[in-house]
Amino acid sequence: MSFQTLALTLLFVLIPLVLVYLLKLQIEKDIIIATIRSIIQLLLVGYLLQYVFSVNNLIMTILMVGLIIGAATQNARKKGVAIKGITWKLILTFITIEVITQGILIGLAIIPATPQYVIPISGMVVGNAMVLAILFLNRFTDEVNDKEKQIELILSLGGTPKQAVHRQLITSIKASTIPTIENQKTIGLVQLPGMMSGQIIAGADPIQAVQFQLLIIFLLLTTAVLTSVMLGLLSYPALFNNRLQLLKNVLNEHH
Amino acid sequence: MTEAISLKEVTLYDQQTLILDHISGQIHKNKITTFIGPSGSGKSTLFRLLNGLRSANSGDIFIHNQNIEDIDPIKLRTMVGIVLQEAILLPGTVYDNLAIAPRLHNRTFTKEEAEQVLDSVGLERHFLSKSAHTLSGGQKQKLSIARTLVNKPNILLLDEITSSLDQVSAQAIESLIQTIHTQYDLTVLWITHNIEQAINVGDQTWVMMDGKVVEQIPSKQLYQSTHPRVAEFVKGGIN
Repeated sequence: MSFQTLALTLLFVLIPLVLVYLLKLQIEKDIIIATIRSIIQLLLVGYLLQYVFSVNNLIMTILMVGLIIGAATQNARKKGVAIKGITWKLILTFITIEVITQGILIGLAIIPATPQYVIPISGMVVGNAMVLAILFLNRFTDEVNDKEKQIELILSLGGTPKQAVHRQLITSIKASTIPTIENQKTIGLVQLPGMMSGQIIAGADPIQAVQFQLLIIFLLLTTAVLTSVMLGLLSYPALFNNRLQLLKNVLNEHH
Repeated sequence: MTEAISLKEVTLYDQQTLILDHISGQIHKNKITTFIGPSGSGKSTLFRLLNGLRSANSGDIFIHNQNIEDIDPIKLRTMVGIVLQEAILLPGTVYDNLAIAPRLHNRTFTKEEAEQVLDSVGLERHFLSKSAHTLSGGQKQKLSIARTLVNKPNILLLDEITSSLDQVSAQAIESLIQTIHTQYDLTVLWITHNIEQAINVGDQTWVMMDGKVVEQIPSKQLYQSTHPRVAEFVKGGIN
């Protein structure tokens, strides 16, 4: 696609702008900012990737993955500021997921160890883990707040912190992973996944595109469950002190 | 007389607010001590300290002569059982609720044991398979007491357990506690808003106001207190 053709696609920005203006929705500014940001961000990433692919250097690839993990952590930590040490807990979760997924993919020669494969797949895996982390942290902090009395009841009967938040952990892990699983049940029926569509448009064989999409789907399943479980196990101890008391102020201060 | 609990200058702040102000005193073993005082005087918070759900900022609490901070929290909470005003029941049957503590401690809990506990709190045995949420207020509170008794505590803390009940149910719980107290050889600490109840069931009564213990008196002498605020409170002047 040439830049002239791309410029024509701005018509798709013009249509909502006109409508928004006519209906006095007052979100023109947001639409313009979003458009400009997406153009700049994606072009930057495009050129950066072009460079990283051309040098094909391991350190550069690791730096790119590090950048992805850093951005994801920055985004997700806002939802878990109440939990002590959430930043490194998120980083540890994302790194573990990255190591496990890339380890299997490269180790079993499912994909070649080149930046063209490693970086986009890392982006999808970490991006998904970030969404999962946000879903999990949102739900978990809400559950603990809502069920404070139940948690203290278990503690008061001599339960450990893990036993006390067991129900809340299970509920939050389930609630955060269910959308990923449900999404996979209808995949391909309603809409074609973005990556697969992109490959087909770029001229790839649909079966080849499907194979890659399946790979991603399975990866995301691992990512979803692993993120919630790992983050759950890493976060709950921060809600208690060494006398096994629920630190109420920790969560309430942020509500 | 031996002490079950001994408090020395126990002080607690919540954020910047003083909740418990240098509380000292002894709770006699195998006796019923009742706690009265206006709402917000720190009674419930004191109970939470004794069950280990919170820790004091300063001062010492001794349970059977052992500093509370040196007792393993799980052991402490098994030894000092608490029953809260609002009977918090988990989803499931009456049996499921009774079995919480044994499950937490990986202990088997037979149907016979469950039935015995039900007997001791005056709930019928066929309730075991009933959903806990279908019970009446009084029955829920009895179940809540039974659930704490399953841990076989030495000390039982009761936090306004009859305040949401009608008079008949409240009296049933009152006599139940007196029976359990003898049957299980328990030291009982009981917060109540009902002065008559405090006198009827208590051996000793502590009156708390503004985070302080203003009076420790044999329950039967409560009306004869010479402390002006206590005298006013028991006459119903302060709420």
